[in-house]
Amino acid sequence: MSEQKKDQTFLEVKDLKVEYFSDGQTVHAVNGVSLKIERGKTLGLVGETGAGKTTIAKSILRILPDVGAKVTEGKVYLDGQELFALPEQEMRKIRGNGISMIFQDPMTALNPVQTVGDQIAEVVRLHNAGSKESFEKRAREMLEMVGIPGDRYHEYPHQFSGGMKQRVVIAIALACNPGLLLADEPTTALDVTIQAQVLELIGELREKYNTAMLLITHDMGVVAQVCDEVAVIYAGRIIEYGSKEQIFDHPSHPYTIGLFGAIPSMKEDEEWLHPIEGLPPDPVNLPEGCAFHPRCPYATEECKKKPIEMYQTADGHQCRCCHMGAAKKGE
Amino acid sequence: MDKVKKQSEFVRVMKQMSKNKLAMFGLIILLAELVLVLLAPVIAPYEYSYMDAMAMQQGPSAAHWFGTDELGRDIFSRVLYGGRYSITMGLFAVLISQTMGIALGAVAGYFGGQVDNVMMRALDIVQSLPAMLLSIVLSTVLGPGYMNTILALSVNGMPGAARMLRAQMMKVRDCEYIEAAQSINCSKFRIIVNHMIPNSFSPNIVQATMGVAHMITMAASLSFIGLGVQPPTPEWGAMLSGSRQFIRQCPHMVIFPGLAIAITILALNLMGDGLRDALDPKLKR
Amino acid sequence: MGKYVVKRLLWMIPIVLGVAVLVFTLMTFCPGDPAEIILGSTATEESLALKRAELGLDDPYLVRLGNFLSDTFLHFNLGDSWMSGVSIAESIKEYLPRTLILSIIMISISAVVGIPLGVIAAVKQNRWQDNLCMVVALVGISIPSFWLALLLVILFSVKLNWLPAMGIGGFKYYILPALAGCTGGIAALARQTRSSMLDVIRSDYIITARAKGVPEGQVIVKHALKNGLIPIITVLGTQFGRLLGGTMILETIFVIPGMGQFIITAVNGRDYQVVQIGSIFLAIAFSFCMLVVDLLYAMVDPRIKAKYSGKSQKRKKVQANG
Repeated sequence: MSEQKKDQTFLEVKDLKVEYFSDGQTVHAVNGVSLKIERGKTLGLVGETGAGKTTIAKSILRILPDVGAKVTEGKVYLDGQELFALPEQEMRKIRGNGISMIFQDPMTALNPVQTVGDQIAEVVRLHNAGSKESFEKRAREMLEMVGIPGDRYHEYPHQFSGGMKQRVVIAIALACNPGLLLADEPTTALDVTIQAQVLELIGELREKYNTAMLLITHDMGVVAQVCDEVAVIYAGRIIEYGSKEQIFDHPSHPYTIGLFGAIPSMKEDEEWLHPIEGLPPDPVNLPEGCAFHPRCPYATEECKKKPIEMYQTADGHQCRCCHMGAAKKGE
Repeated sequence: MDKVKKQSEFVRVMKQMSKNKLAMFGLIILLAELVLVLLAPVIAPYEYSYMDAMAMQQGPSAAHWFGTDELGRDIFSRVLYGGRYSITMGLFAVLISQTMGIALGAVAGYFGGQVDNVMMRALDIVQSLPAMLLSIVLSTVLGPGYMNTILALSVNGMPGAARMLRAQMMKVRDCEYIEAAQSINCSKFRIIVNHMIPNSFSPNIVQATMGVAHMITMAASLSFIGLGVQPPTPEWGAMLSGSRQFIRQCPHMVIFPGLAIAITILALNLMGDGLRDALDPKLKR
Repeated sequence: MGKYVVKRLLWMIPIVLGVAVLVFTLMTFCPGDPAEIILGSTATEESLALKRAELGLDDPYLVRLGNFLSDTFLHFNLGDSWMSGVSIAESIKEYLPRTLILSIIMISISAVVGIPLGVIAAVKQNRWQDNLCMVVALVGISIPSFWLALLLVILFSVKLNWLPAMGIGGFKYYILPALAGCTGGIAALARQTRSSMLDVIRSDYIITARAKGVPEGQVIVKHALKNGLIPIITVLGTQFGRLLGGTMILETIFVIPGMGQFIITAVNGRDYQVVQIGSIFLAIAFSFCMLVVDLLYAMVDPRIKAKYSGKSQKRKKVQANG
């Protein structure tokens, strides 16, 4: 069983820990995250702002800032290759080629003084041999593939709308047919009407190239639309992990349940949304034990003592809560 | 209420600055220098105009720390007294240029439109002359001397100050509290002076700190080429000008007055940097 | 774009006229009687009166201003020096290039040294390289160039006897003035480059570039520096103005017959005509440099270029229609 699974696994993150340092304080951004993505599949990484989602993606690509951020523990395997052990030069060949990333804010993700075409051609040039013309041709193809006329190659980002810019960012990310796409809230900064288009576009292109994706989002609707598996992250820890069906049909962690409670349902006539009480914890000094206990309605003394282990059900649904049953009953 | 807020803002900036070691270093040098210069009559071993015919053009020694000049005057004493001229010239020139600049900039920034246009084009003309050239022409017109040099320099710094304030005023002009003030029929003068200038002039403070350094150099340059303050006044630039011809025999006559200028300017720049960082949290590391 | 350049060139006409009026007016308030300075204190009252009439000093201000402007701008007659009688046009033809070349050498050295220093400082922020660069820069802006010039002369001409202390001639004669003049520029550019690089280096598009696999050197130069250039170019422009002024002083130290010496001598001799014409030419040279700076903006930033040529508006309309 385990042998078989290993073959399908494309990206594996093991026990990742990342810390930031600022003003003499240590920020525990990621605290032992492990996850796996299979070829061509999508894992949704769900959590509030500041939960450490973007940090995980940047650590995988090794583009955390040199100063002030450090991966203190953990390993990342891409197709069996250990990324953290690679020399910088080898890693550079993987960025944009084996793994690429789509950023949250398309307004600022593009270089304002370079034509959009050149920005796409640049990534092609870096990872492929060939002539300048061939790079340009590929860039034009990519532009058209994301629905932008090729003759806008020589235009600058300021001449594009937000949605168009995100298309360009997607074109850059997919220009080298990467095996893995890290999409960091790719639709958050866009108008609602554009969001669906962009998601659809990503979906189409991924299907074409069989690209795996780590989708970072806080939008459960997007998760439902796109993902195969879901990992819910809280204060730098995965607190629930399972298939989309498992998470949506049987949310087990009080936090996950809370997340669903905060979404208005169309079916029932609800008068109130149910927000999760309190605020996310300060990552400088995280609460002892389960990081969620100060906000958790089911918390007991046990939750405050020691870190909670990941419990696993027979069908592979994982949850980091010692009252897994209680929350469900309470509902 | 207003007073309390201003006070706390001042305290905040000072606190921020006190964390900056370099800025504090600059401040200490500057304060030390001010004390030395103010107490020059007490500290200086000789009268600045006292000529010792027996000790002309001597190098540094125990009796004359910085040596003596061509007339046997003690250079250390002259540098101390000279600071009074050089430093105050820089301070007053900036004070006057900022006052004029803020007044002009406030009018241009508040009224905008044609008023602004005409004023800015006039400043364009003034600024299309290199600053040093304008200073040279102005100090020729005004004649040499302490006050006249200050005036010549202030005219020079005025356009920069006006532009800086105007740009800030333009930003502030559309703020809601200005509309609020207008809606309760505040007079234009009151709006400009009580509401807009206090909220716009912090970049001018930084500009002024750096400006003092620049003005001191300019003043020294003018005196150096024979305009500005004239010998035998012990202004630093004038001292350099006088000692230039003895550069072959007595380099010490050139070194010490210049060193005084350089240290003062260094201290001012250190402080200016610190002040800018403290006033502009965006630039914080 | 071409239209913008023409517009800017036309705009220089009122500016230059303004400068002419400004300098002329200032000079009329000048104390001291030029006739007396030219003829010396022994001159008789009659000869002084004759000289004044010859120079047109007795006419009312407006008449003289009118004459000056029409001579200069309509007939391109720049007149002769009152002191030496030499044609001013000839003198400027000789002196202006010298001053400009010296200033251009200085600004080039400043850029070539200062910008890389700033880049290094920004890349190695808060490490020893950064601290070293910034200390050097601080010292650089704090040393007055005319004092540095004297120190350089003491060291290289008097003590070591390697380089000439004054005069003009070959390449050797430019080394000391250029060294003395460029430190301020180097320092100012290094500081500006560092701060604008630090602003830019945290931008999202820099992370994008890294995520694309762009080598770090290219990230810094192609992506970061190119975006940080605008404020750097601004400093380049202001420094050029400062250098032009500084060169005037340096010329008097190194006895270089350029515009600075020309004008400063004229100022001391109340040679109004030379001061006026000289100032106008320096103002023109300075305005040209500012135009070059604005064109450089357009070269590095397509958004500014679009503003100059008004192209972006058209594109927006097309977008709105489509």
